[in-house]
Order: sequence, then structure tokens, then C-alpha cells
Amino acid sequence: MADEIMLLDWWSSMFGMRVRIALVEKGLKYESREEDLNNKSPLLLEMNPVHTKIPVLIHNGKPICESPIIVEYIDEVWKDKSPLLPTDPYQRAHARFWADYIDNKIFQLGGKIWTRKGEDQEAAKKELMECLKILEGELGEKPFFGGENFGFVDVSLVTFSCWFYAYESFGNFSIEAECPKLIAWTKRCLQKSSVSSSLPDPLKIHDFVVQLRKKFGIE
Amino acid sequence: MCIKKGISAAIALARYDQNIMGEEVKLFRTWSSPFALRIVWALGIKAIEYETVFEDISNKSPSLLQCNPVHGKVPVLLHNGTPIAESLVILEYIDETWKQAPLLPVDPHERAMARFWAKFGDDKVLGSIWSVFIKQGKEQEEAMVPAMENLKFLEEELKGKKFFGGETIGFVDLALGWLANLIGLLEEIVGLKVVDGEKLPLLSAWMQEFGDAPIIRDNWPARDGMILKFQALRDATIAAASK
Repeated sequence: MADEIMLLDWWSSMFGMRVRIALVEKGLKYESREEDLNNKSPLLLEMNPVHTKIPVLIHNGKPICESPIIVEYIDEVWKDKSPLLPTDPYQRAHARFWADYIDNKIFQLGGKIWTRKGEDQEAAKKELMECLKILEGELGEKPFFGGENFGFVDVSLVTFSCWFYAYESFGNFSIEAECPKLIAWTKRCLQKSSVSSSLPDPLKIHDFVVQLRKKFGIE
Repeated sequence: MCIKKGISAAIALARYDQNIMGEEVKLFRTWSSPFALRIVWALGIKAIEYETVFEDISNKSPSLLQCNPVHGKVPVLLHNGTPIAESLVILEYIDETWKQAPLLPVDPHERAMARFWAKFGDDKVLGSIWSVFIKQGKEQEEAMVPAMENLKFLEEELKGKKFFGGETIGFVDLALGWLANLIGLLEEIVGLKVVDGEKLPLLSAWMQEFGDAPIIRDNWPARDGMILKFQALRDATIAAASK
């Protein structure tokens, strides 16, 4: 029986991008539906009544929500190709820990950088750089967070890389200057077609942020 | 009957294995942390022997800081010298390492749903209940709205089930377990009914059922201590907010 896979998505969402990467890694065909976040579809409201957010994966009519949960689901169902999580329980716990760290820090801090000014913005920049340095430390000399192979933590973090240019522009700082190994890692990831086909152009993200700032009245 | 015998046999075998293998399991916790309680329950349900290290949050031990350098928080599970941090991550590790009395279902979609509800509890329910607790007057009334919406989702999820895990306590029950104890305490402190047996009958019943299970009931932190602690937290938060 052929699998029916649909992804409710939004082009600039780092969370949606994670699911795109996972689906391509597994070689899966799926229908992508772009939601209008100002006018959410009945399907989105039905499939994610709790949060009404994207991404939502709909597999043979059943919804799965929350990007790290979706990626684990994809990894469990299509386990024979490109495993994203290791098999050892400790290595799995280690990967989940770092994915959780990324989820609790990067989005909020990055968001503050392009929405705030003055002291608030400076504090967010400082904290973001501390977090990225910690992540760079965790990467160490490995090619990927997953070791030799691209894995769960790589999927969780790399999708923020297309937002780095916007953070840097509005925050007036350089991530590469302080975390060169992390930036080298993002370039390594972008060599994978699953990543390059799933991430939009950073310039497009930047222009989108310009529009958002105008909309929210942020100078 | 056969299922119960099967589970007891599995637990006995696992205990035998643990002793033979010389496994060392240590849990860093505080006396009151609801996140650490999840691990106490999970280890209890799986009948895993372990040593407890009680931490003083105002004076964290070098061991804790070494085991969890990123957050410096409890709980941390130390298994044969290897640390695992973040309570939901620890629960999954425990479930994958000790297979008796499984906490997560086998079916991938059901597993995804279990993870979803656990995350919902931590990301939304906890914060919304806390907001009700630390506010007063009109602000408290307004905070009740999202709190009740969140609790209604949990009520829906319990339809046709004794526990969130079905017939037996599972991953989601442990993740949401703090509700069964803390709600009553907070209601007493603020004099407000949050989980009303008429409006949320299934959730009320679950709180009772879950709270009465031996492993759960025997591990609740001291009630008097909890009342004092949370009263003090509420007073301090209100005082800080009015400055």
C-alpha cells in the first residue's frame, strides 16, 4: 500500500525545514501544502487543534505535530534508510538532550535580536553567541553532531543557519567571527541535497524579516 | 492475570540481571522537584535499584555540576558513571535501557502522540497553571482562561481511558503526574478550584487513580513542606511583581 504523506508547512519556518530534510533523507514522496498563517486552513485546525501551528505531518490521514516529534516518527517508521538517531540508548539520549537545548534557546534568542533594540538586543546577542559556542564545543572535531553521519541534532540546528544572516544584519555582529567551526559545519551540511533543497536563501529570509519589522512597527 | 504474572516475571528477571551485571544507578534530585519525581516513579515501576543523591539547589554539589554542566539542574541520572539530563530524555533512556514494564507504546504513531502530550504538559499546561497560581484578582481570572483550555485538552485525551497510557500508567501519566499532587496544593494555597470534578470529571478521576497507585503515592514529597515552599514562592513572586 502506497504511503500518503502530506506536510503542512510555511516556507520560512526552521521547524518545517527540519521535517523537509528528514523526508528527503528517507527518499520519501510527499505533498507539501503552504499554509497562510494569517488565515489557517480547516485542515490545519483539524489536524493540530491544540497548537494550530505548522509543521504538521499527515501520514495516511493521521497527524503528527511538533517538529522533533515528527522527525523521530519519520526515523522510526522509515528506519531502514539514513537513520537519524543512533541505536545506542545513551547516544540517543545525548542527541535528544542537544535537540532540546537547541529548541529552548536558539529560536527565542534569535527572535529577540531582530525584534528588540538597545539593552534587550545586546543581551540576546550575547546569550545567543554563548549558546552557539556551547554547541560548537559539542560538535568538537566531528564532521557532524551525529559523528561521521548527519543526524538528529544536525537536522535540529542546521535549519537556523538560513536565519543567521538576518540575525547578523539586524544585530550587527558576525557569527562566523566567533564560531568559525560552526559555520564550517553549516557549509558541510549544505553540501547534502536534503539540506540545500530544504533551506531557503538567507537573503530571502532577510527580506522577509524586513517586511515583518515594518508590519510590527519595529524600526 | 497472565499479563500480571508476565510483568512480575520480567521485573524479577531484570532485577537478577541488574545484580549480576553490577549496574550502578544514581539519581540526583531535590526533595520537591516534580521533574525528578518522574524518574523516581519510572525507576520504581521498573523495579530498578538505585542510589539517591539529594541536592541543595542553593549549594549544588561538584558532582551535579560535573554531570550536568550545561544546565546544572536536577534530575540527572547517572548510569554506570554516564550522566543523562532532562527528565523526559531520562524517561526515554530508562524505557530503552530496561525493557520491563514499558512506558511508551510500540506503535510509532502512538509513541509520537505520547511524546506530544508530554511536551504539551511541559510547554503549556505547567506555565498556564503557574500563572494562575502567582497572580491575583482580575489577572488571575484572566490566567484561568488558557489554563482551563489546556486542561480541557487533557480531559478530551482521557476519553475511554483509565490512564493516559491506557489500562496502565505510562509515559504521559508520569510526565503529567505533577498535576495529581500540585493542583490540590495550589488550590489550597490560593483558595481557588482549578480542577473541578464536575467540569473535568475524567481528569479528576485520573488524579485520584494515579495518585493512589502505590509507587506514586509512596513517593509524594512531604505535604507540609510543599505548602510552605509554594506559599513562599507565591508571596515572593507577587511582591516582586508589585515593585
